[in-house]
Amino acid sequence: MSIDLSQFKQTFIEESLEGLDIMESSLLNLDVGEADPEVINTIFRAAHSIKGGSGTFGFNDIASFTHVLETLLDQMRAGERDVTTPAIEALLASVDCLRDMINALQDEGSYDEERVASVQKELEKMLDNEASNSQTTESAATIAPPEDELPTATGWLIKFSPHPDMLRTGNDPVLMFRELEGLGSLEVKADIEALPGFEDHLAEDAYLSWEIKLTTDATEDQVQEIFSWVDDECDLEITAIRPDIEPAAVVETAAQVVEEVKETAPQKEPPVAKKPAAKRSAKSTEATSIRVGTDKVDALINLVGELVITQSMLSQLGEEFDMSKLEKLRNGLAQLERNTREMQENVLRIRMLPISFSFNRFPRLVHDLTQKMGKKVSLKMSGEQTELDKTVMEKIGDPLVHLVRNALDHGIESPEDRIAAGKDPVGTLQLNAYHKGGNIIIEISDDGAGINKQRVLEKAVQSGIINSPSDITEDAQIFDLIFAPGFSTADVVSDVSGRGVGMDVVKKNIKALGGGIEIASREGVGSTFSIRLPLTLAILDGQLVRVGEEVYIIPLISIVESLQITKQAVNRLAGRAEVYRLRDDYISIIRLYNLFGSKPDSTDLEKGLLVVVEGDGQKVGLFVDDLLGQQQVVIKSLESNFKQVEGVSGATILGDGTVALIMDIGGLIDLSNSAQKKFSDGAVA
Amino acid sequence: MDTAQLLDSDSIIADGDGHEQYLTFMLAGEEYGVDILRVQEIKGWDSATRIPNTPDYVQGVINLRGTIVPIIDLRMRFNLEKLEYGPTTVVVVLKVSSTSKNRTMGIVVDGVSDVYSISADELKSAPEFGDEINAEFVKGLATIDEKMVIMLDIDKLLNSRELNVLDSVASEK
Repeated sequence: MSIDLSQFKQTFIEESLEGLDIMESSLLNLDVGEADPEVINTIFRAAHSIKGGSGTFGFNDIASFTHVLETLLDQMRAGERDVTTPAIEALLASVDCLRDMINALQDEGSYDEERVASVQKELEKMLDNEASNSQTTESAATIAPPEDELPTATGWLIKFSPHPDMLRTGNDPVLMFRELEGLGSLEVKADIEALPGFEDHLAEDAYLSWEIKLTTDATEDQVQEIFSWVDDECDLEITAIRPDIEPAAVVETAAQVVEEVKETAPQKEPPVAKKPAAKRSAKSTEATSIRVGTDKVDALINLVGELVITQSMLSQLGEEFDMSKLEKLRNGLAQLERNTREMQENVLRIRMLPISFSFNRFPRLVHDLTQKMGKKVSLKMSGEQTELDKTVMEKIGDPLVHLVRNALDHGIESPEDRIAAGKDPVGTLQLNAYHKGGNIIIEISDDGAGINKQRVLEKAVQSGIINSPSDITEDAQIFDLIFAPGFSTADVVSDVSGRGVGMDVVKKNIKALGGGIEIASREGVGSTFSIRLPLTLAILDGQLVRVGEEVYIIPLISIVESLQITKQAVNRLAGRAEVYRLRDDYISIIRLYNLFGSKPDSTDLEKGLLVVVEGDGQKVGLFVDDLLGQQQVVIKSLESNFKQVEGVSGATILGDGTVALIMDIGGLIDLSNSAQKKFSDGAVA
Repeated sequence: MDTAQLLDSDSIIADGDGHEQYLTFMLAGEEYGVDILRVQEIKGWDSATRIPNTPDYVQGVINLRGTIVPIIDLRMRFNLEKLEYGPTTVVVVLKVSSTSKNRTMGIVVDGVSDVYSISADELKSAPEFGDEINAEFVKGLATIDEKMVIMLDIDKLLNSRELNVLDSVASEK
């Protein structure tokens, strides 16, 4: 074909990955023994779309692999094959293979061919066994690929009559014939009976039908494939031509034709039914595109409309303005402000995706891990519709997986232990997400053994994280030890978890997103890990502060309090480092102008203000000249055009169009510490 | 508006015979040129927000229609004597590419001068200049009307030293 298909390759990959996710989650929902036909249908449709797509794009290895898969599913769908645990396992394995293959396409890398071949062989073996076992004579024809039974076929007689509107969907019979020609030699007879008179002729309608005799050794599927895009827009009959049967003996083939139609009928569904199915799960881990619900776009369009109206009202007002219209102007500006704010909220909503995109992978993970570990766990998820910024979601994926693994490995006990403890042998793992204030909370709770505080303390002493168990008494502090680097309580290091790498990384990643994690646990009852995350990374509540002529922004969330400095409370350590006595605490003072090399109004501490901030679990006081105001600021990256600057997390544009830097409190503290150190090192030398 | 969209001008149409067009600007009496296809726009000087703990030739960042763009003072970068910014002082906004990413940066120059069409063989290689203006940054020298024009390789210049993305903390993530 002359159409350049490469531009659709990415779409194919994304859709296929989505299809695989659907297949996977549906497979996990499939109950052994009494399978819901609708679920099987969903799986079948996903497999069929992948097959069709890969065939079109010429990814023949994927197409042939999916073909076997599809045949198996087709039998399940027709009720000829029982849904058994081994079958589901094999199907899950094939989903993994397909994902590998498609990922390999994406990265233009290679996949594990041996594994694919072995899985394919397994599927084929399953097919062969069942096919011979199958008793039903009626459906035998649909199971067995005709080409196996009828090796004598020398070609196909194709009756192809398009519906009048087929051409409007962009399908051109000529292209299909050309492709047929590629399979073998062609004899085409056109039926022009339906052709209307010239004055009634509509150029966009198809009136012709064809009878095509194709002499080839290609299989029926190959022929079907060519018509796969139009099979719901035409009447298609494909009959085998065998040497002993006259191709014109239409009566004889009629019964077979009915079967063919039966066979093709379900295949009509995919193009139509695919859309809602794909919408249910649009997860693709690295994809940079985003699917947005039309309702969100519509809401945005409405808002833009309102904005335009407000704008034209204001400009009209501006053309003939006098003071009598001041009130009107004020109203207009208020409306403009409201519109802008709504618009901002709606645009941000576009980046929001339901957390189910992240949760979706867990049923499979839990399924695999529990099998590996010989545990019984039922997974419950709630609040999957809670929406979260796409970037946050991408970054929270790995920490969540880690926590779930931990819960399964360390949290939930083996069935024997559970029975001994008087619990239900099937453990429960619960994932829950909800909004709270401007944050989203994700909870991972298990009803397992809980955290053994004594052991945590012992381990912490052993690994040198703390000196003696009596250092720490509060529960929260004990649980916090789990996040210390190098900490692991696992007795045996398994390949699931227990290497002591991880929990510190989990905490670091969550902190990097501006969130936090808390643990609640009771021995013998279970543990709950609560992750708190900001809804979006794009906007932050900021406090504007002034140092000399420069304006900086401190994230409001990190500010503890702001106060005027009293001289008596300021002390100097070693004559240099300044500390401030804040009630019972001593906090060090960071003079921002020193750190940032700017010119302050005054270096006299009493003339300025001290903003007490908290970062990395440490409290410090920032000395600034003045507090200006609080406002929501849109975070812009400094890195995209420059590079990361220590102590600065980004920049924003203020109302007057100038740029202000947003401070990174953790970085600021590090910067100040290293500056102090440099100074004291210099003093020694 | 102080922004001149130079790229729209009709006079700048690349000719197919190996000629490349250069936008030239003045800096302390010398004429320098950059590949015109890299020039995004030319705008008047407006104050920038200083970035702490950066070399002094980094003037700061400005808001260019919603993106944060760093501004480099080319006089200071080349250790030339400082000149008070005046009405002809302009910022040439350039698209700079390096191995890892593409960036938009602005350079402050004394004033824009002209657009020349120069073929590759008219460019003569430059002798070693010394440390500040490394020969590496110079694509070549061209003679136009008996004047010497120094053609700069902005990718190398604006990715050198502290401006290099690779040694920044960002890459450690």
